[in-house]
Amino acid sequence: MKRQNIQLDAQGRLRHFLSTEGLKRQMLVDILEMAQSFIAVGEQAVKKVPLLRGKTIVNLFFEPSTRTRTTFELAAKRLSADVLNMNISTSATSKGESLLDMLHNLEAMGCDMFVVRHAESGAAHFIARHVAPHISVINAGDGCHAHPTQAMLDMFTIRKHKGEFAPLCVAIVGDIMHSRVARSQIHALTTLGVSELRVVGPKTLIPPEVSKLGVHIFHDLRSGLRDADVVIMLRLQRERMHGAFIPSEEEYFRLFGLTAETLAHARRDAIVMHPGPINRGVEIASAVADGPNAVILDQVTNGIAVRMAVMAMVLGRQQGGEA
Amino acid sequence: MRIAIRGGRLIIPDQGIDAVQDLYIAAGKVVGIGTSPDGFIPDRVIDAHGLIVCPGLVDLRARLREPGQEHKATIASETRAAAAGGITTLCCPPDTDPVIDTPAVAELIKRRAAQVRKARVMPLGALTRGLKGVQLSEMKSLKEAGCVGLSNALRAVENAMVMRRAMEYAATLDMTVFLHAQDAWLGKNGCVHEGELSTRLGLTGIPASAETMAVARDLQLIEQTGVRAHFCQLSTAQAVQMISRAQYDGLDITVDVTAHHLHLTHIDVGDFNSQCHVLPPLRTERDRQALIGGLQRGIITAICSDHQPHDLDAKLAPFAETEPGISALETLLPLALRLVEQNLLSLQETLASLTCNPAEILGLAAGTLTPGGVADLCIFDPNRYWSMREHDLLSAGKNSPFLGWDLRGRVTHTLLGGDLVFELEPEET
Repeated sequence: MKRQNIQLDAQGRLRHFLSTEGLKRQMLVDILEMAQSFIAVGEQAVKKVPLLRGKTIVNLFFEPSTRTRTTFELAAKRLSADVLNMNISTSATSKGESLLDMLHNLEAMGCDMFVVRHAESGAAHFIARHVAPHISVINAGDGCHAHPTQAMLDMFTIRKHKGEFAPLCVAIVGDIMHSRVARSQIHALTTLGVSELRVVGPKTLIPPEVSKLGVHIFHDLRSGLRDADVVIMLRLQRERMHGAFIPSEEEYFRLFGLTAETLAHARRDAIVMHPGPINRGVEIASAVADGPNAVILDQVTNGIAVRMAVMAMVLGRQQGGEA
Repeated sequence: MRIAIRGGRLIIPDQGIDAVQDLYIAAGKVVGIGTSPDGFIPDRVIDAHGLIVCPGLVDLRARLREPGQEHKATIASETRAAAAGGITTLCCPPDTDPVIDTPAVAELIKRRAAQVRKARVMPLGALTRGLKGVQLSEMKSLKEAGCVGLSNALRAVENAMVMRRAMEYAATLDMTVFLHAQDAWLGKNGCVHEGELSTRLGLTGIPASAETMAVARDLQLIEQTGVRAHFCQLSTAQAVQMISRAQYDGLDITVDVTAHHLHLTHIDVGDFNSQCHVLPPLRTERDRQALIGGLQRGIITAICSDHQPHDLDAKLAPFAETEPGISALETLLPLALRLVEQNLLSLQETLASLTCNPAEILGLAAGTLTPGGVADLCIFDPNRYWSMREHDLLSAGKNSPFLGWDLRGRVTHTLLGGDLVFELEPEET
């Protein structure tokens, strides 16, 4: 029995966007190209195109998020879709209505797309497997598994500042273990073909056998940053102290915090990225976060265009795709 | 009822019998092997040409969900499924609700099973009260109520001193302790094997050390206390190695493995297939090979189903939120026979691991057929292929990663105490 890629339809087009893993290089490039064409929309006086007029997109957020939800909402509105925001606290689902019942209710209301964020890994896959055939699912972050639109906006930002992927050395620094962003970045960067991909962090925050995903492991920040073209800092969750992953924020910053001094080990023109929100003084010093190498706010801007591109590709498939 | 089973290939592993011989049954007992007793006139003749006749299977571990989770399954539904799988004796762990830590619960289970009369059900008593790992259960009362051994099920006894005392007390009463080796902390919240897959999927892993840590501790305590102990469903190559060494050093311990750990690995979890969510988790190909090697070398002597029927909703959620376990009574025999087909184990060894070996571990006179002995037996067609579909399962739980698999070997008849408790629908035979 051949296992079908759940993200693709029978014609091999993107039906759901759940993970950057298992997609062809060309498809990732297509997303970046389409996002490029949407950048202009955000710069117009009237920031709207009628591509998804009449479509209904539901933001299903089972986990609190301000930034990601807002950029998805903006992206949908700029494509002229109708947007419904549902913030479902876990207490609401435990009232008795099962996740699937809720989804089927929304399906019955004629929605076209679910943008899903959930605290459990695999939640978006689960939903995609059980929705009606006319519905598409975009993963806006599931547990520690994947956050593919974040990874694609990072790819977009890298390409914008660095051009080709092939010659680049990229270092991802911090809590790789719990980071869905890091996993999606790793799959995207290995597919797009950078010359070297590194993960940097203490052994407690590097997931087991991660080298099998195609990365080099460094436990020393300075050697991990040496000659890097792109430095991606990850957010350190404060609760990690309780699971005995690190002793304190102070010691973490001393070992793995990005400062002007440690950044000097990377290439002079290296860009510094961070998926946000930033813990200043924990994983990154303010001077670096606000410094000339940082492209952190540019990432946010690009996030809207990339999410527009993914939504347009997935939903545009039904109308334009037949021609 | 007098039954004659004619023309079948009779295999009785503990006696080394493997020959085409007729079997005669009367008043619930075997009255003749090979030769018919004088004046025997059968009420029913079962034509077993081309079929294998063997003792009824003995399953070391099957959850029946009663009492406590009757919305998932009942003793009636699951013993019926057991009969369809050729299983005539099964052992149920104490993690029911309420826990089997009082004679009343053990007696209730035995009474229900006796009413249904589809399979013999042997409860395991709780090793500690409420499985909480703090106080010892009243082991003597449990033994008198019919418990064939003691276990703390999947709840680790964290306190080594409590485990030591429990083993000492069980040894005093000459009871076997059934151990599930998983360290409470190393495996905490885990749902898949820790390694490449847990990293890829972002799921909390259960490292191999969760098992080896517990095996190492328990081996020390077994040696110290002299208790008779059995390790349930080992999953790692390292643990097999440790047990092998301990057995070589003279420790009297036995081990079982589940049929699914012999055929699946963590790769089968794929993109969050919740049907492959089991505990201990499916591990690597190297581990799977080591488990098969353990069977071949006689370190592991029993194959069990670890049957865990679930309602539909239990598997319909994001992976970590689903409940672990497989509905496995009816696939136990065909999955074990797969090892024969793959030339990994002989048919006799395979049947021994399903009949006399588990019976010996439980200290029961089951898993064999002798003149004058109880007529618990199973007849199956070893060559019959069937593609398993949901409606083939009599179990109330339809949760199986083997749905859609082409299985070889199918039970045609099961006899419990001389009564036909299962017969494959004629239009299907």
